[in-house]
Amino acid sequence: MKGRDLGELAVRNLREAILRNSLTTLGVAVGVASLVAMLSLGVGLQTLASQRLTKSGLFDAVFVTSRRDFRGPGGEGPPRKSSAPPEKFKPLDDDARQQFAALPNVVDVYPQIRFLTDVRYEGNSFSTNVLGVPESSRATSAFDAITGKYFSSPTAEEAILQADFAKELSPQTATLVGKEITLRYAERRAVSSDEISKEPDIDKQLDEMMSGGISIVSREKKLRIAGIIESDPSAGIGGFGGGRVFLPIRVAEQLHAAQANDVQDFVRGGGSGKPTYAALTIRVKNPKNVLQIEDAIKKLGFNAFSLLDASKTLRQVFIVFDMFLGLFASLALTVASLGIVNTLLMAILERRREIGVLKALGATDGDVRSLFFAEAGAMGLFGGIFGVALGWLIGAALTWGTTIYLRQQDLPAVKISYVPWWLAASTIAFAVAVSLVAGLYPAGRAARLNPVEALRYE
Amino acid sequence: MPSTQTLIQAEHVSRDYRLGETLIRAVNDLSLEISSGEFLALLGSSGSGKSTLLNLMAGLDRPTSGAIHVRGQNLAALDSQGLARYRRETVGMVFQSFNLLPRMTLEENVELPLRLAEVDRAERSRRVAQALERVRLGARRQHRPSELSGGEQQRGALARALVNQPAILFADEPTGNLDSATGEQILLLLREIQDTLGMTIIMVTHERPLAERFANRIAVLSDGRLVDQLAMQTGARA
Repeated sequence: MKGRDLGELAVRNLREAILRNSLTTLGVAVGVASLVAMLSLGVGLQTLASQRLTKSGLFDAVFVTSRRDFRGPGGEGPPRKSSAPPEKFKPLDDDARQQFAALPNVVDVYPQIRFLTDVRYEGNSFSTNVLGVPESSRATSAFDAITGKYFSSPTAEEAILQADFAKELSPQTATLVGKEITLRYAERRAVSSDEISKEPDIDKQLDEMMSGGISIVSREKKLRIAGIIESDPSAGIGGFGGGRVFLPIRVAEQLHAAQANDVQDFVRGGGSGKPTYAALTIRVKNPKNVLQIEDAIKKLGFNAFSLLDASKTLRQVFIVFDMFLGLFASLALTVASLGIVNTLLMAILERRREIGVLKALGATDGDVRSLFFAEAGAMGLFGGIFGVALGWLIGAALTWGTTIYLRQQDLPAVKISYVPWWLAASTIAFAVAVSLVAGLYPAGRAARLNPVEALRYE
Repeated sequence: MPSTQTLIQAEHVSRDYRLGETLIRAVNDLSLEISSGEFLALLGSSGSGKSTLLNLMAGLDRPTSGAIHVRGQNLAALDSQGLARYRRETVGMVFQSFNLLPRMTLEENVELPLRLAEVDRAERSRRVAQALERVRLGARRQHRPSELSGGEQQRGALARALVNQPAILFADEPTGNLDSATGEQILLLLREIQDTLGMTIIMVTHERPLAERFANRIAVLSDGRLVDQLAMQTGARA
C-alpha cells in the first residue's frame, strides 16, 4: 500500500475512536511537554550562563606574553638574565600586536594600561588608579549598569569613574556626569642609547644611563566624565579590574603614562627605545575561535593561554544536567507509550474482523503492520507537536513567573526557558520514534492474525 | 458456456484443526477440478468442510497436506506475501455477513482492494464507479453500510469483489443473511456478471434449490469428503 493511502487510512481509523485516541495522544503530549519544558529549562539556563560568561570577556580572550617571561610547558626554561641575547625571543611589541590583529576572527588586541594618577576636581586632588578600557568591552556586559553613557568614541577624551571613587569626588555621583576632571600623570619618554651617547654633557649622559634611559615628565589631561559604574566592570586575568578611573584604551595609550613595569619594559626593548608590552589580550569573535587563535599565536613564537577549559567544563556540566532532566522527563513519555500499546491492542481486538477483511482483499502482513505503525506514528506526531507547544507554554510560564519574582527583588529579568528549533524538532522525532517502538508489538500481532480466524470473529 | 480449461485443481487436500486434544479433519483427502468460467456450488450441511475448502482455494488458509494448483501454481508453496498477491490479483470474495467496513462509505469500501493493489487515483475512481454501476448502486456511493439494506450491502460487497477484475469469485453463503427474494436477486446478479465478465464463480451454500437453479455444477461435501458431483442444465434460470 502506498504511503499516502496508509496515512489516510491511519488518520481515518484514529478519528473513528476519537475519544480514546485523543486521550492517548494527550498522554504523549504531556510526556513530550514535560520533556520540552525540562530541556528548555536546561537549554535556557545554559544559554543564559554562556551569554553571561561570553559577555564577561573571559572566554573569548587569549592572553599573550613573550616567551622569555615563562618557564612553563610553553616557555623556554628558567627566566633569562637581562644579559641574555634578546634576539632569541620575539619581542611583544607593536609589530607583534599588528600581526595578531591581522589574524582571522580577532576583534581586538590591546595591552594592559594601568598607571597611578592624581585626579583634580573642583580644586581638590585625589590619588587613584587609571585603567585603559578596550573598545571591545562596549559589547560586553561589563558596563551594563552604567549611570550616564559609555565612551562616545574610541578616541573620546572621556572617563568613566568607579562609583566609590566618584563618591570621594562628590556625594551626588549622578551630578558628576558631564563634568570635567584633570588627570595629572607622569609621562614616560624612552631615550635610546644613541641619544645618550650624543649628549654633550658627560654628567647628564651618566644620569640618563643611570636612570635606564627613561625621562619622566609631569603632564595634565582634561577629561569629561561620561559615566559612573557601580561595580568593578571586570576582574580577572588580563581584564581591567582594580581600576577606579577608566579611559578608552587609545586615549590611555596616547598619554604614554609611566607604568609600574616600565623599567622592565625598557630592558625588554634592549635599550632600543622601542616599547614592548608585558602582555597583550586578544579578543576573538567567538569562544570557539579561541583554540585556533591560541595555536596561531604559539606558532608565531609567543606564549598564549585562555580560560576555554573552564567553559568546556561548564558545557559538560550542562550536558549532564540536560541528560538528567531529559531522563526524568522521558519517564513520562515512556508511560505515555504504554498508553499507545494499550490503545493499539484494544484497536486490534475491536478491528479483528476488519483485519481479516483487509487480508482477504489482498493486504499483506506488511500492509497490516504498516497500518498500525502509521496509527502509532500519527499519535506520536500529533502528541509531539501538541506537546512541544504545551512544553513551550510551560517554559514561557516559568520565565514569566521568574521575571515577576526577579522584578520584586529589583533584579533584571532573565529568560530561563528557551526552545530552540532543534529541540522542538528532535523532541517530535523522539515522540514519533517512541510511539513506533510502542507500536511494534501491537502491529506485529495484528500482522500475524490468521485471516480465517479473524473473519470468523464476532 | 464454461470452457474446459482447468483453472483450479485440488489434489488430495486435507485440512486438520486441533481443538484441545481432538484432531478435527475439516477437509479429508479431497480432489476436485474446476474449469475456467464455471459456476460451481459447494453444497453440504453445516460442518461438512465446504467453507474450509473455499478458504483453501481462496488462499486464506493452507492445506495440512495435498496441493491446490491455480493456473498451474501450487498455493501451498506460496509464502504469505505470494498468497496475499494471489488474493489481490486473482481472487474476489463475498461473505455471508457482507464484511463491508462500517467506518467507510460504500465507495471507499469498494476502493479498498485498489488501494492495496496501488492503483493510481484517477484509475481507481473510474473503476469504482464502473463496479458500482454494475451492481446498480451508483446512487448510494456516499452511504455508509449501516445506511444500506442487506441486499444493497451484499451488492456493494460484490462490487468490491469485482473491482480488481479477478479471475475467480469466491462466495461464502452469499444469501445466508438475506431473505429468499433478495438472495435470488443477488444470485441473478452473480450469473449476470459471470455471463458478462466470464469469470469463474465458486459458491458455498447449503440451499440446494438455489444451487440447482444457478450453478453449472454442484459438488456435494460431507464430513470433509466429496461425496457427489452433479452437472446442471445451464438453462435453469430464474
